[in-house]
Amino acid sequence: MSNVSITLHNNDEARGLIAAIQKDNPNSVSHVYPGMVKIDCPDRIVIFRESVELEIGRSWTVNEIHLSLISLAGNVDEDDDYFAIHWNH
Amino acid sequence: MRMMIILPFIGIIERETTMNVQKKISLKDRYRILTRGLDWETSYQPMGKVFPDVGFEGIKIRNWDDFNDPFRLTMDAYWRFQAEKERKLYAVLDSFSQNNGQTAITDGRYVNTLKLFLTGISPDEYMAHRGFAHVGRQIPNAGLRISAQMQALDELRHAQTQIHTIGQYNKHFSGLHSFRRMHDRVWYLSVPKSFFDDAVTAGPFEYMVAIGFSFEYVLTNLLFVPFMSGAAYNGDMATVTFGFSAQSDEARHMTLGLEAIKFILEQHEDNVPIVQHWIDKWFWRGYRVLTLVAMMMDFMLPRRIMSWKDAWDIYFNDAGGALFGDLARYGITLPKYVDVPAKEVNRLSTEAWSIFYQYTHAAAFHTWLPTDQEMDWLSASYGPDWDRLYRPRFLHWRQMEKEGHRYYNNALPQLCQVCQIPMAFTEPDDPTRVAFRDTVYRGERYHFCSDGCKNIFDHEPEKYVQAWLPVHQIFQGNCGGASLDQVLDWYGIEKGVDNMDYAGSPDERTWKEWEAMRGRVAG
Ligand SMILES: [Fe+2]
Ligand SMILES: [Fe+2]
Repeated sequence: MSNVSITLHNNDEARGLIAAIQKDNPNSVSHVYPGMVKIDCPDRIVIFRESVELEIGRSWTVNEIHLSLISLAGNVDEDDDYFAIHWNH
Repeated sequence: MRMMIILPFIGIIERETTMNVQKKISLKDRYRILTRGLDWETSYQPMGKVFPDVGFEGIKIRNWDDFNDPFRLTMDAYWRFQAEKERKLYAVLDSFSQNNGQTAITDGRYVNTLKLFLTGISPDEYMAHRGFAHVGRQIPNAGLRISAQMQALDELRHAQTQIHTIGQYNKHFSGLHSFRRMHDRVWYLSVPKSFFDDAVTAGPFEYMVAIGFSFEYVLTNLLFVPFMSGAAYNGDMATVTFGFSAQSDEARHMTLGLEAIKFILEQHEDNVPIVQHWIDKWFWRGYRVLTLVAMMMDFMLPRRIMSWKDAWDIYFNDAGGALFGDLARYGITLPKYVDVPAKEVNRLSTEAWSIFYQYTHAAAFHTWLPTDQEMDWLSASYGPDWDRLYRPRFLHWRQMEKEGHRYYNNALPQLCQVCQIPMAFTEPDDPTRVAFRDTVYRGERYHFCSDGCKNIFDHEPEKYVQAWLPVHQIFQGNCGGASLDQVLDWYGIEKGVDNMDYAGSPDERTWKEWEAMRGRVAG
């Protein structure tokens, strides 16, 4: 089993997104570095548009993730309602 | 209401939703509309003439339509997000300049890492822009072309924002005034320059594997994270900000690189050995360029973030393992010579910094010997062998300085024909012997620093015999003249200002004045 990972800015814009990821991926582990947060999780991470919207209290398009993203490891799958990262082992 | 969400690889998930579900065109549909039907079979000219570069590398594509960029970013969204990133970045740069942020760094020596970055890396951001523009032009698939075009624009943005950011330091420090000219001419800058020249003169598929995959996916974290965390630890907020702004494009680049390589591998099994060789080659090329980063981390940052060894463990060993596990199902293996960096890890930065110390008179940044405290950090990071093999060298040079005979190497070094680094690396299994490899091709002998570089040459000798090697060019009289002074003039290095040790430099004077000023304000 390998970790997938996503690294996000540690700023106001990304705060709700980070919280949503942590809630929806209970096996994830977050590492805080200067200016950024790296979230690792075995096999896959899923981010639901809905969960982010509940966190930030406004509508959010999955595309907006580009404003907060720094780096990732894994294969990406993006659609209107979710953003997922996974390995194909 | 309840909603069913179908996730590939995961299955169907049912969730309670509080949101109104609106009817609009879905992300997937929008991307399909953007990328399908944008191409057509040309009739006035044969397709092979319209896309001449796509055939000569031996890559077989059965169905171009199989490529999809999973980000499915449309142009309007791209422009909106990039504009937002620029607005945020320039707000920070403006306040940095208004508040004289350059006075808040840890030490004047720190600026030398920015000199290395601006002269070594930023011009290659521009070359990356040209490379992706070429790929975008040559690949007959609208999805890949749009992603390559976006990346070409991103890379241009990276070059511009780095030049703007570091320009603030150019007002106060030396060595930053002629970065483009230096990149094209100065001996050690031929290392990153020849790396990108090699990539952009390859075909579009090799370029995608070289830069899109090997560099962006496998090695980019080793370049940017050390520079940016180094900037953060040394009080350079402007560089941190441009770094993060550039990195925010990086996830898209990494994904493009990975999707492109999977696409090539899935199209035909004959592509596998070709791609494997490119992975071997560009892993080794990239690793050799990272020598400059290793040296920056271990010797140039006044406040260290982590050692080169730690960075290699975290960003190559851990992250690379999962990635190559993913590619194993195509028959792709870890790159050839992947064991060598681990063997060199304790000495790479020391061997590199020793070169620059000896040739400080020909460098566009300042050098210094590590302090006792810094040597303790090096031996703690690299173990007792570091004390046994390298501490005596630095202590010897320190003694020579004290006696008024600072050591300068006045002989021009032999360069590796492929990576262009002076032949100072030692044998993977014996750090006391310098490694030499050679190949005779058409009656001429060519020299290499390693099996990795020799292997690259032996696959494409016609390409690498053309290498512009700075030392050969000096001897041939193509670099301004036969004396050091003439060569430095031709490089654009201002003697006694840009080059030589940090101690006694105008940079040091500036820094000391600022420190004294701070002392007066505080007192
Ligand atoms: Fe870039
Ligand atoms: Fe080499």
